Amino acid sequence: MSATVAARKERKERGSGRHQGRAALLFISPWLIGFAIFMLYPVLYTIYLSLTDYDVINDPTYVGLDNYRELMGDDKVVLAMRNTFVYTAMAVPAQLVLSLALALLLQRAGQAAGFFRTAFFLPKMTPPVAVGVLLLMLLNGQSGLVNEFLGWFGISGPNWTTDPSWVKPGLVIMSLWTVGASVIILLAALQEVPEELLDAARVDGAGWWTRLRHVVLPIISPAIYFIVVVDTIASLQSFTEAYTAFFGAGNTTYSNDAALFYAIYLFQQAFEFLHMGYASAMAVLLFLVVMVVTAVQVLLSRRYVHYTGGQS
Amino acid sequence: MRLRVVTGAVLAGCLLAGCAEGTSDSEETSDASFDSNADLSGDVQVMGFGAGDEIATVRLEKAEEELGSEAEVKLIEGDLDIQQFLSSVASGEPPSLVYAERSQIGTFASRGAVVPLTDCIEGEGIDTSVFRESALSEVTFADEVYGIPEFNVVQLTQANADLLEQSGHTVEDVNGSDWDAVLAANKDLMKMEGGDLATIGYDSKLPEFLPLWAKANGVDLISEDGRTAQLDDPAVVEALEFAVSVYDAQGGFGEVKALRDSADFFGDGNQFASGTLGAMPMEQWYVSVLNDVSPDAPMAFDTVRDLQGEPIAWASGSAWAIPKGSPNPEAACRMARVMTETESWVAAAEERVRLREKDGGLFTGILTANEEADAAVQEMVPSDDQSAWGQAIAAMYEANDHTFAMPANPAGDEFEQAWQDEVNKVLTGDKEPADALADAQEAAQAALDEAWATWDEK
Repeated sequence: MSATVAARKERKERGSGRHQGRAALLFISPWLIGFAIFMLYPVLYTIYLSLTDYDVINDPTYVGLDNYRELMGDDKVVLAMRNTFVYTAMAVPAQLVLSLALALLLQRAGQAAGFFRTAFFLPKMTPPVAVGVLLLMLLNGQSGLVNEFLGWFGISGPNWTTDPSWVKPGLVIMSLWTVGASVIILLAALQEVPEELLDAARVDGAGWWTRLRHVVLPIISPAIYFIVVVDTIASLQSFTEAYTAFFGAGNTTYSNDAALFYAIYLFQQAFEFLHMGYASAMAVLLFLVVMVVTAVQVLLSRRYVHYTGGQS
Repeated sequence: MRLRVVTGAVLAGCLLAGCAEGTSDSEETSDASFDSNADLSGDVQVMGFGAGDEIATVRLEKAEEELGSEAEVKLIEGDLDIQQFLSSVASGEPPSLVYAERSQIGTFASRGAVVPLTDCIEGEGIDTSVFRESALSEVTFADEVYGIPEFNVVQLTQANADLLEQSGHTVEDVNGSDWDAVLAANKDLMKMEGGDLATIGYDSKLPEFLPLWAKANGVDLISEDGRTAQLDDPAVVEALEFAVSVYDAQGGFGEVKALRDSADFFGDGNQFASGTLGAMPMEQWYVSVLNDVSPDAPMAFDTVRDLQGEPIAWASGSAWAIPKGSPNPEAACRMARVMTETESWVAAAEERVRLREKDGGLFTGILTANEEADAAVQEMVPSDDQSAWGQAIAAMYEANDHTFAMPANPAGDEFEQAWQDEVNKVLTGDKEPADALADAQEAAQAALDEAWATWDEK
């Protein structure tokens, strides 16, 4: 008798669990459908196209791994990948340091914090194409504001937009224009640092730098980790600003190899030369590179990121 | 689990069927019947053309008149978006007519995105003999005409007369007929201030005008049949060395470009009005800009000349083409005819003359690929104008009679990219001209070979 009751109870629980599972699926189905149509399918289709010769007009022709073999021997792929990595290696730390500095300043802004938060976030709303045009104006070797500023200190600024050695640093400077979102995230994290921990550190004689290094940074490390991962992925996919400044309508013929990022070369192959199969192979390679870089960051995070509440 | 199976099945089905590919067997225009007397109807969707000024609107009105009240022209304005255009063709929903750069026609034709216009030309009675040979060759691919040429763009020597006079030179010294004279004038015209370039002496307009300098030295960048790159020809190397040396004498390309970029190119603070540029070869449309924004600028004009002293110009421009699967090819063909025929150009020019007279401005002419129309429009241009602007107009028409063009080929963009990339490397100091052009030759020829092989297989 008791076995029958237990079995019935189990069936009921199983039924209820199944019902809840269906309900959950129903609720997340809009996202699932959107993900399948707009993310998963294009990714799968890109992988398929990477094995073909496809020019948009004519049907794709299966070519096996030819596109990948060609990728390995393409000097421009190597150049574009190198440019992208060098830019990422400069831009991500620069963006992080500046956003942290601004967030620390904002934390002390008191009542004016709201105004400054908005002010720092506003540039993020600037369309990237406008940032590209702005770059050419601000970094002009003759009349740009950056060189004018350097001139106040007796420094003769370089030709940021034409000298290959200075093109990427120039782009990094422009990328700092849009650190607003990171500033807001770090500011939120800073406000979560328990005051009692800082007080305890003060009592132990820790100065500002020691408190920042040994108390604040470990506590906000999840936010820093998030910013590093997101900025790294964004930097590896950099396109609009550099394309507008060096390859777009105003520069139909003059381009600078130092600004040839991977995404730009991919775009040229796909939409200028209509080598869709080759461009798809490039996209798959970029996907793999981003995945590996992110995986390395995840591994490193286990050592350097500290989660309050027991996780480490 | 079941959901996963269903989702997987749908995705796999889509993948196998290539459902996003959109390459259905779109209908060809081979069953179209072109007749200049036929009554036409339906929508005529036009991609890449904007009715931005009177030259466009007057001709558009004439086209609408000839198409009749049953047909309606619908413009998809803005520059042609190649991706949008090709996707529309691939999905079987192309526009009726497309307006493109002539240099793009070969690529479109080789990929089957536009159709040959032999029947259209015959049926609508389009007189191709009035078109300039260079323009027609640019839209002729594998012996068939794929585009009806429209505007023409040529280069002129444009110079600051005051700076020339101050430095003891004339416009003849900077028209390109003697490269040593150009280099000497460049040296005398340029000015440095505090270690920075303050006035550009001569701007040879690299990388874009390499074909012009090469032709001035007697060679084309590509063979007449569009199959062989000639980028490593010693005459091309020599032309590049000359054009780069103009920049080297001024502290390098970076210095010149920085100063060039800081100018208000389309405003009254342009390089000529502000006295920051001695001379350069530049397209003829810039004469109208200068006349409009700085009519008092001290200008001097001439054609660009080759080393024999003959006028020379690299012609480019636009053309009309009918996409594969055009829903209304008959109307598209008629519209292409009316937009490019002599009568329409003359009517458009008359309207511009009227408007310029009303504004007190100067009519600087219109350059088209239609020789007959150009001759008729030239009659309307003031011939007794002895000013610099009159000199510009005369030079413009003279240049238009001495043009060359790049032949249509299936790898137009790749070819152009190959030589421009390498010229840019010379400009940034990464390579020597001979090495750069040798590399350009290799890349360009590989692109041409691959594209022609695909075409020849068809």
